[in-house]
Amino acid sequence: MTLPIVEPSAALLEPPGLNAAVTADWLAAFLRDELVLRRKIPRAVIGLSGGVDSAVTAFLCARALGPQNVYAIRMPYRSSNRSSLTDAALVVEATGIRCETIDISAAVDGYLQSQPDADARRRGNVMARTRMVVLFDQSAKFDALPIGTGNKTERLLGYFTWHADDAPPVNPIGDLFKSQVWALARYLGVPKPLIEKAPSADLEADQTDEADLGISYARADAILACLLEGYSDAATIERGFKKEEVELVRRRVDSTHWKRHLPTTAMLSNTAINEFYLRPVDY
Amino acid sequence: MAEAAALRVAIVQMKPDKGQYRANLRTSGEAFAQLAADSPNLVVLPEAAMTGYFLEGAVYELAVTAQDFARDLAAAWREAGGRTADLVAGFFENDDGNYYNSAVYVHVEPRSERIVHVHRKMFLPTYGVFDEERFLSRGRHLGVFETAFGKMALLVCEDACHAISATLAAVKGARVLIVPSASPGRGIEAEGELASITQWRDTLRLAAIEHGVFVIYAGLTGFEGGKGMTGSSFIVDPRGSILVQAPATEACIIRADLDLGAIDRARATLPLLGDLAAVLPNLLLDPELPLPRGARDATDC
Repeated sequence: MTLPIVEPSAALLEPPGLNAAVTADWLAAFLRDELVLRRKIPRAVIGLSGGVDSAVTAFLCARALGPQNVYAIRMPYRSSNRSSLTDAALVVEATGIRCETIDISAAVDGYLQSQPDADARRRGNVMARTRMVVLFDQSAKFDALPIGTGNKTERLLGYFTWHADDAPPVNPIGDLFKSQVWALARYLGVPKPLIEKAPSADLEADQTDEADLGISYARADAILACLLEGYSDAATIERGFKKEEVELVRRRVDSTHWKRHLPTTAMLSNTAINEFYLRPVDY
Repeated sequence: MAEAAALRVAIVQMKPDKGQYRANLRTSGEAFAQLAADSPNLVVLPEAAMTGYFLEGAVYELAVTAQDFARDLAAAWREAGGRTADLVAGFFENDDGNYYNSAVYVHVEPRSERIVHVHRKMFLPTYGVFDEERFLSRGRHLGVFETAFGKMALLVCEDACHAISATLAAVKGARVLIVPSASPGRGIEAEGELASITQWRDTLRLAAIEHGVFVIYAGLTGFEGGKGMTGSSFIVDPRGSILVQAPATEACIIRADLDLGAIDRARATLPLLGDLAAVLPNLLLDPELPLPRGARDATDC
């Protein structure tokens, strides 16, 4: 008689999963504690791009604070894709949050006209940093707190503009991989066009994240999860990933640690801030 | 003195304002006022109940002596209308410039209070998000102490993650384990709740079943710089049943009446503790264990 052999299922190449209900409740509690209890600013402003990250953030804020306390700011540049505006409008309609549209073309061009040799990367960074100027000013106008919308994947890959996308003081989705953001979006009821379209920073025509990065989010997330769990590159490749894609992810992470830190300050004393003088952010 | 047959317990699941010791004492007093009319015998508060958990260098500004903390806690209880009761809470202790993550068990009378026991956390998590040993010293002793409700032990948070802590406490006679805790939640792939909440309940249910003890787990709640404390305070009986459990993210009170006879009945039907006590000396004296064998070795540890 041949006995059945029972073994663990083979290692999967899937990105990390998510219990969306638990996560949504947890993040809503986080936003309430952080804004209402601790900072005593029960209103949020969000740069609503028409993408899934800011949409999920808007849904979470609406759930945590009430839609009347959430201000979405659409900030198109003259070359932005028109669908970004209409997709953002779908979120406003679905959540009932407030919305303003502020065109950043004049502000961006006002500077860039003196920089005719600025390439696409520089121009994109100016747009991102201009949006942050607007967002912080709108937060002062509405007595509200800017909420960050950067996900864990782009933070790890360094795929963001330093002191722009990462500037808001509170971010509910920064520990969620992009794949998990999509799962949460489906649970929260984010309109389908935003979930199904190719993610894009929309800083250049026909730009997509995955083309910029050279890898799909699903593959990048699965590899990043291995890397963060402590698997060596060799062990990750052994699980079934291609050498080139593992190296690409590793290279991006290792070349962008600085983007995930505050500026480097020369230490001169034994009371250096954040080196010896250590106080938590909420103290 | 004959031991009581029942123990009415309340857990005050605190959501402290970071660093606001006096304000948090007032908040605990409001909870005590809710309890005073139908007073519990024992009220348990979480680890770092009056300050919040992640303090970094601010711990040196907020740490107090055990005597001062017991006095403040007892005063809050009495001002809320509380009469005779036992109180447990976690706090940061300053003992002559040595700093500990401690918990105190105080017996409170209408006009006086008495510290029954102070436990200093032995296992200081210092990895990943945790950095306790950067700022604090370790406790070195696991005490079991007498109360009107039988012998008890205090284990602060990670102390209870090590199976041997509950084991030694039980072998030394503890019938009730009290675990003030502050556990930052993580693990979003699991069903129904964060994985770290399940892990705590599983760990302490197994301790209760193996040793035939009640376990009272008081969890801090509220977010501290993005790290959410998981609350989820619970009481587990000596057969491993969860009698009551709090939600994760809300300040609240949970309470239950414990039938202390359940300890003897559980141990009669599953006498693992007696079995363990018989063999434990052989296990601990095993020369292959990496333990100090003399005074010099012990100093080196």
